[in-house]
Amino acid sequence: MPKLAGAQILWECLVREGVDTVFGYPGGAILPAYDAMLQYPIHHVLVRHEQGASHMADGYARASGRVGVCVGTSGPAATNMVTGLATAMMDSIPVVAITGQVGTKVIGSDAFQETDVTGVTLPVTKHNYLVTHVEDLAETIREAFYIARHGRPGPVLIDIPKDVQLAQTEFEYPTHPIHLPNERLLEKYVPQEYFARAAEMIAAAERPVILAGHGILLSGAMDEVMEFAEKTNTPVALTLLGIGGFPAEHPLCLGMMGMHGGAYVNEAIQNADLLLAMGMRFDDRVTGTLKTYSPHSKKIHFEIDPTEINKNVKVDVPLLGDLKESLQKLNPLVKAKRHDAWWEHLQRAMQEDPIRDVLDWESPDGLMSEHVVHDIWTATQGDAIVVTDVGQHQMWEAQYYLHNKPHTLITSGGLGTMGFALPAAIGAKFAQPHKEVWVIAGDGGFQMTMAELATIVQEKIKINIAILNNGYLGMVRQWQEFFYDARYCATPIFSPDFSKVADAYGIPGYVVDNRNDVMDVLDQARSLPGPALIEFRVKMEDAVYPMVPAGASLNEMIKREKIVQPA
Amino acid sequence: MKHTLVALVQDKPGVLNRVASLFRRRAFNIESLTVGHTDQPHVSRMTIVIDSDNTSAHLVEANLAKLVNVIDIQDVTQQEMISRDLALIKVRVDAAGRAEIAQLAEIFRAKIVDVANDSVVVEATGDEDKIDGLVELLRPKGILEMVRTGRIAMVRGNQTSQRKNGNGHYNGNGNGHVARDVGLSSV
Repeated sequence: MPKLAGAQILWECLVREGVDTVFGYPGGAILPAYDAMLQYPIHHVLVRHEQGASHMADGYARASGRVGVCVGTSGPAATNMVTGLATAMMDSIPVVAITGQVGTKVIGSDAFQETDVTGVTLPVTKHNYLVTHVEDLAETIREAFYIARHGRPGPVLIDIPKDVQLAQTEFEYPTHPIHLPNERLLEKYVPQEYFARAAEMIAAAERPVILAGHGILLSGAMDEVMEFAEKTNTPVALTLLGIGGFPAEHPLCLGMMGMHGGAYVNEAIQNADLLLAMGMRFDDRVTGTLKTYSPHSKKIHFEIDPTEINKNVKVDVPLLGDLKESLQKLNPLVKAKRHDAWWEHLQRAMQEDPIRDVLDWESPDGLMSEHVVHDIWTATQGDAIVVTDVGQHQMWEAQYYLHNKPHTLITSGGLGTMGFALPAAIGAKFAQPHKEVWVIAGDGGFQMTMAELATIVQEKIKINIAILNNGYLGMVRQWQEFFYDARYCATPIFSPDFSKVADAYGIPGYVVDNRNDVMDVLDQARSLPGPALIEFRVKMEDAVYPMVPAGASLNEMIKREKIVQPA
Repeated sequence: MKHTLVALVQDKPGVLNRVASLFRRRAFNIESLTVGHTDQPHVSRMTIVIDSDNTSAHLVEANLAKLVNVIDIQDVTQQEMISRDLALIKVRVDAAGRAEIAQLAEIFRAKIVDVANDSVVVEATGDEDKIDGLVELLRPKGILEMVRTGRIAMVRGNQTSQRKNGNGHYNGNGNGHVARDVGLSSV
């Protein structure tokens, strides 16, 4: 058997896991691994900050369904990755992070660039490892990828001390099946009776609503959800991360629910007599106050994670397991139905409170973000992968860019991580090199990670960047306007001339402040072979409507004043 | 109400931290937590007592089951079980008072395990109520120091709260009991 160093074993195992691209930054404690990397068919993307590496691995995973990998050294590199790991953890994204660690002999002595990385990342990873013996390395890496992908996906970190990377051992790639100590505890056993009960409830329902969540995409259950919805004529409400799981322009699709969802979508949920929660976890952003949440409905929860059952909302029938498999069992048991009265009611509500309420507005007093998003949708024919940051633009994207295909919206939902968009888009582009990738970001979040512009240039990839610059941390400003008497504390934000910043990196930059110019510039940017950055100078004090104030009931929404448009 | 959970975990560095961190992170309250070896190498057994309603207890159980290093987890609260607490109680007492302490100890089937000029150490085992009773009687004499282990528990009869497979190794019961226990509510 050949003897290999730990550093070589690392790449041997990664290649066997199907990894061909990693996002990272070299440093002292990971140097042996970087040196060994040269022997392997691995493309390394040099990031400008390790937070970027973890977001790129995340974006790569979201766009491809494969495990994203980031690499960094000990200490500050690992702590910089924490935000990206927490983002992936909250949104159930399979990521494997590899970090170097100081030598095993000096662990615990506050050595240079030493941090207790497994301690720091414990609550933001699905599992993590400190490998202290080179003999354990191959098995650990296999387990890490298995855990990242298996069940409810999530990030896994492997901390490898420098001496373990250098130590040699006989290497034979393990091929035996992986058995985790806890696997039998999590075996998904759902009595047939539960499916029968669910089918009865579905047959009896008059006002059902499907709550379509991220689990649809993670499970790949798009066809099964479609079959169920069409067979039972059930309206589909989407969570933010569920967008793409069901086509936005399908007649059964209501649109997004929750804090900035459609008023009629939330009304539908509040008035429903049956909720079918599919791969969603009743997050506070989609329920409003739990005290008054959908008070008249029975609830069926399709959920892979036993800790989510009855965590926020008590449910009547839990269907634990992979959504696709559960629906494959349930669909044959349900009978075709029509809900004409329910649909009539919903159609009426939709007419009264359209979510895309400013679509037909003229905007003589300034460029509206909503229009920019709509125009990007038009220009890309709704077919781009859009990666958003966090804030107002994120909600406008969700409202005005209609996603009909899965995995075309990439956004930080659970953690709400500003600075996510640019690095995540780089990861998405590596996952789907032939797809058009757009960043839509605000002026605040973009400045958090804009150093990654250099990564785009160094890697020669094409990403189109739209910055909606309103001169404020807009979502926070909106809360200050609504709930703090418009005292704008610390929300006005200075930005550089973004087009000149782009220029400094060798990226063509554009500035647009007029609706009439939007389509032209979008076309120009798209036609370039390389990246482009467009700064849209938009109205400063626009707000995202409608809105459920924090702590209010889901149907108590602040709505935009109905303004009669000047002719 | 108080729930008693019995967990079998891998005896590896950091596992206790993972369990403790989970309770802190999810804001579950631990009444007591004991850890010790089992009859099998590399497997430790934890007895965890929490004060919570049934739903929260189930969430604790499910969260523990998600930890990779947890081999088995059972809520034994509803089962016939033996539960024990061990206490060492150092009491201030001179030669004249010793006999009274010895008498008290005997009533509680406790033992005096150390005698000094002006103190004795009483060792007591039993359920928490019994230990509490002894402590209250000793308190007026002057307790200098006390340590208690917290509850350990075992199911009575030939049922076990830890399951072995055919090879004599511990593993989960294979029924997916964490899944099973998430039952239909009264619909």
